[in-house]
Amino acid sequence: MTGLSSPLRSFVLYLGAALILLWSAGPFIWQFSTSFQLDKALTSGTPSLIPDPLTFEHYYNAFVEKQLHRYVWNSLVVSLATTFLCLFVGSLAAFALSRLNVRGRFGILMVILSVSMFPQIALVGPLYLVASNLGLLDTYTALIITYLALGLPLVTWVLFGYFETLPREIDEAARMDGVGVLGLLWHIILPMSLPSLVTTGLLAFITAWNEFLFALAFTSNIDRQTIPVGIANFTNQYYVPWGDIAAASAVVTVPLIVLVLFFQRHIIEGLTQGGIKE
Amino acid sequence: MRWRPRSTASSADPMSAAVSSSASGWPRRRSKLLPAALWPLILLTPAIVSLASVSFYPIVNGFYLSFTNTSLITQEQEFTGFSNFLRLWSDAQFWNAWWHTMWFTFASTVLETVIGLGMALILCEAFKGRGLVRAAMLVPWAMPTVVTSKMFGWLFDGQHGIINYILLHAGLIDQNVNWYGSPDTAMTTIIIADVWKTTPFMALLLLTGLQTVPTSLLEAARMDGAKAWTTFWHIRLPLLMPTLLIAGLFRALDAFRVFDLVYVLTGGGPADSTETLSTLSYKVLFSTLEFGYGSAVSTAMFVTELAIAVAFCLYLMRQIRRAR
Repeated sequence: MTGLSSPLRSFVLYLGAALILLWSAGPFIWQFSTSFQLDKALTSGTPSLIPDPLTFEHYYNAFVEKQLHRYVWNSLVVSLATTFLCLFVGSLAAFALSRLNVRGRFGILMVILSVSMFPQIALVGPLYLVASNLGLLDTYTALIITYLALGLPLVTWVLFGYFETLPREIDEAARMDGVGVLGLLWHIILPMSLPSLVTTGLLAFITAWNEFLFALAFTSNIDRQTIPVGIANFTNQYYVPWGDIAAASAVVTVPLIVLVLFFQRHIIEGLTQGGIKE
Repeated sequence: MRWRPRSTASSADPMSAAVSSSASGWPRRRSKLLPAALWPLILLTPAIVSLASVSFYPIVNGFYLSFTNTSLITQEQEFTGFSNFLRLWSDAQFWNAWWHTMWFTFASTVLETVIGLGMALILCEAFKGRGLVRAAMLVPWAMPTVVTSKMFGWLFDGQHGIINYILLHAGLIDQNVNWYGSPDTAMTTIIIADVWKTTPFMALLLLTGLQTVPTSLLEAARMDGAKAWTTFWHIRLPLLMPTLLIAGLFRALDAFRVFDLVYVLTGGGPADSTETLSTLSYKVLFSTLEFGYGSAVSTAMFVTELAIAVAFCLYLMRQIRRAR
């Protein structure tokens, strides 16, 4: 924007920034406001951003009638288990690829990356048959095993990228001290990689928390269904309960947004590394 | 840095108890139980097993199923050669979904890349509150797609949706539009929802690419009196091209698989006007339980995606070669 005169330039800049802010936050703010408004106000024909009167009726409906907390619990169990497994398996793989002498490691990394590009709909049928034969339908196990594989490529890539930035001299020094392979990983590399572990863990958590297709196919009752499936099924017989849906959306999205905002810098760095720079 | 004597190291580590003697051997002393060459294999095994069983096996198995008449209702499973693919070839529903998917992929990728680039150019400049804007941009990305879908269901509601209200009062439309309830506008609504969700993230990716353009280059151009447009067109854009193309490729492959958004917002309707390959496969698999034919649909989808990826990569390579 070097060609524009200064006041005009900053006007355009702030207008653009305001538009981006409206774009990113506007819809969710409206959804959030909706969750506190009476159905009567929502259908009155003159929408208002400030709830008047304020009501918690939709939150009551979401938790008491629709049992939202049970979906939240299922999602928490599945997502946390997925996160820790992803970090465990991913860090072993990334460590081997980065620190040990692996032949064709670039090829292996490319294969891992290309796996994440497979259309998931092509996986769901055969996996459903396997899960059904093993009696794993309607279990946390089936979801966790699947989500581990979905999260693994990104986790491995980002951790690999981070491990590569740690100086090799550390390995040498550890070796001199007689530290073993696992000792090097567990006591030296992992403690140094804490920021990256937090980011990748968060990414794995979000992947599992938001996943819909496999949860829809593999679970059929509220004992095991996760939040996306629960919210997708939020319907009443005669009308769509937009207020209740908005309340449930707020409940499952706000914690995620808080986490993401807290770790935003790391997330952007981590994803750019894993997704773009080869 | 936390160094510890080896004895405590092995007790703290869940795996090293079994292999401690070999761990000590790495790499100067030859190990007694495990040769050093085995370590990479051991550490990579969990990841390989996971990806092989949850990604490779299903793809291969799906490919096999697509040549059978497997059905969970009739309990049959016989090899039937190409009959599923012949049926697919003359299946109007399949081609309907194929074209919708291609259109969705094309439109959303182009819009997201272009608008994302615009956003990135704004974010590249220094202004007050930039951190806030950048943080807010992660909101659409972090939100579960199912929630996005429901949210757009409410925003674009045909009767009480706020989008209709705003457009009506701005005089842009003269009566309520039944956005996703009408075959004419349903696909557009879904594209808008996808563009909303993904563009800010695209912008953040492009921003990191833009920030690698050396400022000295931009300074020099400004000294020479280059206009903003010239700087963008001749310096920033060419240098950003690789990032732009790769981000576009990833985005296109992702858009091609669209499922959550469509399934929750319209379920493929009204009148199949938003049916995509993923939703069609899902219905054939889990409504009619014809796993053979359903696998043929998803195999065809996989092949199409592969073709897109290969075409994109070839184009990318030609661009890179030309740049040299």
